Amino acid sequence: MNAPLIGARIARKEDYRFLTGSGQYTDDITLPKQTYAAFVRSPHAHARIKSIKKDKALSSPGVIAVYTGEDLAAAKVGGLPCGWLITDVHGQPMKEPPHPPLAQGKVRYVGDHVAVVIAETQEQARDGAEQMQVDYEMLPSVVDSLKARAKGAPVLHEIAPDNTCYVWSLGDKAAVDAAFAKAAHVTKLELVNNRLIPNAIEPRAANGLYSRAEESYTLYVANQNPHVERLLMTAFVLGLPEHKVRVVAPDVGGGFGSKIYLYAEDVVVTWASKRINRPVKWTADRSESFVSDAHGRDHITLAELALDKDGKFLAMRVKTAANVGAYLSTFASCVPTILYATLLSGQYTTPVIFCEVTAVFTNTAPVDAYRGAGRPEATYVVERLVETAARELKLDPAEIRRRNFIRSFPYQTPVALQYDTGNYEATLKAALELGDVAGYAARKKGSEAKGKLRGIGYATYIEACGIAPSNVAGALGARAGLFEAGEIRVHPTGSVTVFTGSHSHGQGHETTFAQVVADRLGIPIENVDIAHGDTSKVLFGMGTYGSRSIAVGGTAIVKALDKIVAKGKKIAAHLLEAAEGDIEYDKGVFKVSGTDKQKMFGEVAFAAYVPHNYPLDKLEPGLNENAFYDPTNFTFPAGSYVCEVEVDPDTGQTKIDRFTAVDDFGKIINPMIVEGQVHGGLTQGIGQALTEGCRYDSESGQLVTGSLMDYCIPRADDVPLFQVDTRETPCTHNPLGVKGCGEAGAIGAPAAVMNAITDALGVKDVPMPATSQTVWKAIQSSKTKKAA
Amino acid sequence: MAIKVSMKVNGKAAFAEVETRTLLVTFLRENLRLTGTHVGCDTAQCGACTVLMNGKAVKACSFLAMQAEGADIMTIEGVAKADGTLHPMQAAFKEHHGLQCGFCTPGMVINAIDFAKTRPNASEQEVREALDGNLCRCTGYHNIVKAIMAGSKAMASAR
Repeated sequence: MNAPLIGARIARKEDYRFLTGSGQYTDDITLPKQTYAAFVRSPHAHARIKSIKKDKALSSPGVIAVYTGEDLAAAKVGGLPCGWLITDVHGQPMKEPPHPPLAQGKVRYVGDHVAVVIAETQEQARDGAEQMQVDYEMLPSVVDSLKARAKGAPVLHEIAPDNTCYVWSLGDKAAVDAAFAKAAHVTKLELVNNRLIPNAIEPRAANGLYSRAEESYTLYVANQNPHVERLLMTAFVLGLPEHKVRVVAPDVGGGFGSKIYLYAEDVVVTWASKRINRPVKWTADRSESFVSDAHGRDHITLAELALDKDGKFLAMRVKTAANVGAYLSTFASCVPTILYATLLSGQYTTPVIFCEVTAVFTNTAPVDAYRGAGRPEATYVVERLVETAARELKLDPAEIRRRNFIRSFPYQTPVALQYDTGNYEATLKAALELGDVAGYAARKKGSEAKGKLRGIGYATYIEACGIAPSNVAGALGARAGLFEAGEIRVHPTGSVTVFTGSHSHGQGHETTFAQVVADRLGIPIENVDIAHGDTSKVLFGMGTYGSRSIAVGGTAIVKALDKIVAKGKKIAAHLLEAAEGDIEYDKGVFKVSGTDKQKMFGEVAFAAYVPHNYPLDKLEPGLNENAFYDPTNFTFPAGSYVCEVEVDPDTGQTKIDRFTAVDDFGKIINPMIVEGQVHGGLTQGIGQALTEGCRYDSESGQLVTGSLMDYCIPRADDVPLFQVDTRETPCTHNPLGVKGCGEAGAIGAPAAVMNAITDALGVKDVPMPATSQTVWKAIQSSKTKKAA
Repeated sequence: MAIKVSMKVNGKAAFAEVETRTLLVTFLRENLRLTGTHVGCDTAQCGACTVLMNGKAVKACSFLAMQAEGADIMTIEGVAKADGTLHPMQAAFKEHHGLQCGFCTPGMVINAIDFAKTRPNASEQEVREALDGNLCRCTGYHNIVKAIMAGSKAMASAR
């Protein structure tokens, strides 16, 4: 029982229920008197609603109620809020157009919510929705962020006549321009960071329940942060007292950011449950997921890197148009700004950086954080620039990185962040060895002998996790705190339930957090259970996103554990008739130092709950502590990736032949789980690079990639077995020394893959996703150029 | 129109009156409350709804309940032993961390069991090809492939 649990590959506590079909996801919950909702969605990208007729739907079999935007407005239901205020280059607040849960007057993207039909069964709700008669006056639409800013473009919102949400910048423009003016070399790239559709395999779902007896609501919802969902919904939309609303995010089948947000459906089913006094359940079908989940990325960027003759970086200049979609989703505004421009220093000592971002409304689904959220976009800019510069200067891509690595910490970047620690040389060196870069030339010859093209690409990355501290984030426009809460409830017999404000939707917190607690308390891991995802159980929580759970949520737990041990020492001192200062706690035992007098953890817990021999005059009974933790800084995971591709020049088909990832996540609690996170992140990054590309038709605004047959999320034979390893520089400002690992793979992989493909083809750029057709076209146009 | 359907599910007789359009997966989830079979796409790509029908892995979203009339169905709830001991394929998924959020897992395990019956020593590439109809967004498939290779061997040696 005393073997160290931190760092151990422990099989997951949650696995049994998932492997036996005993998990409970939102759609698995069917309540007494359950009803079902279907949403009527806009078939047009942009249209005025002339009229909505409900009669036929209302007389459709099983239909109970139909509500439209008018009904919500009459009931004074508010709009969906944006959680981050960006102040533009002129000091003005960003444009925040109204975002009604059900459209009022106009629809602005295909899939926009027009009405809800509630019926006895899901099929009847969908049949009823088919009977809704909505008369639209179609308006011209625009889906591309550059076209949306052009003169004469269709206008989505009155308050933003140029479709611009904000123009924002970071960095010293004059210093950057001056550095470019005297640079020996400038590398320039026009990059598109392709729009992605998250596609968690569990579709979004929500089930709202109202109790007349309690005058309270319960919302079961596939969500990553139930307290945030509750706060936004009660305070900003429904105007309900928080204590009358319980939000439960039960088992959740993947999130990747797409389940952070407060969505229209969540609000509508909650509100409607009171109106009809029955629970209302909605579960997306996959087509609805495609049109209505918040999408990711969608940047168009002009990026420039200034270098001296030795390949030392002098300055970086970046101009980005970010498509935010038709409305501002919950955290849409901070993703292409605070989470993007601040990462442009990467692992390098680039002394000056300037970034300007224009956020643009278009007739597309809202865009928000998707695994990595701004950081993959930044890494793509930095690492494509660096690799291209190395090729232009005929420098080894590892060497150019080495010449520019940050080597002394703490390091203040020119884009606001201060890195606490890192060792970029260590991860690069390890990646070169593990990836057998030394053997690359021979493998390339082997590919050539088969008539194939082989390329190698590198990427290093910096990730800023556990966004913090709250006061700094607040000064930057955050409308929420960014702390985390944890509670340790020690039961009388010494077993422990831990309540965390983090939420697990695949990350394995029930195991990782139990390892931390069992290790720190020196008790068997079987004696520790983790509870999460229910506002009625957990005291508070900001949830799980941005790879923050272990660094912020884990630290809150550790702080609560420290309080448990401190109180335990007081109890033990009394039981052992010793001074509190003489009590040591180690591996589950309270000891009087220098003696063999001791009390087991369970004995102390029992004394706390059966306080017969207990210092009641000085100490409350019970052993239950909570803590809130607001980090003093971000954590900065970092890593080096090496990708080798083999391209068939006849078909353009690209195979990832080798992918090596060496990451520094600080201290690691469960290497098995961490590796799994890396594999998954890498695959989403490879998906972005090779297979995934959201397309809207530029004329009609229809989503062209609206199914899993049109939008290709990676299959098992699209990816190789990965070679992954870690190096460790512990985080300096949290007690576990942890940094977070959830997004790394998705951040670093796209640049590594695209650097490999452009190397194989000998071209400067290939757009993502590099499908067979795209690669084949790039090969043909490069042939034509060479011939000319 | 309502019709009566009857079949064997996880070794027990199951009956219900359903609509002619009711899908097999809806019958399992809503009528029998066997919610371990998941719906990830309802268009037959993701494989989360995979069940064994007369011993063969099929996607329950692509069958009408009435098409399963008289069939012998096994869902994920019927895979472990009656005493709760995991099937060797389930155990391999756990040992190799072949699951994260768990949503695709029932379909993955069912498909893997069917595959392993005839291919106990499949290569990595063969396993990957066999997973063409099962999508996972969490694991990157790495550990699923390892789990299926190990689980297949364990199934063969348990026979």
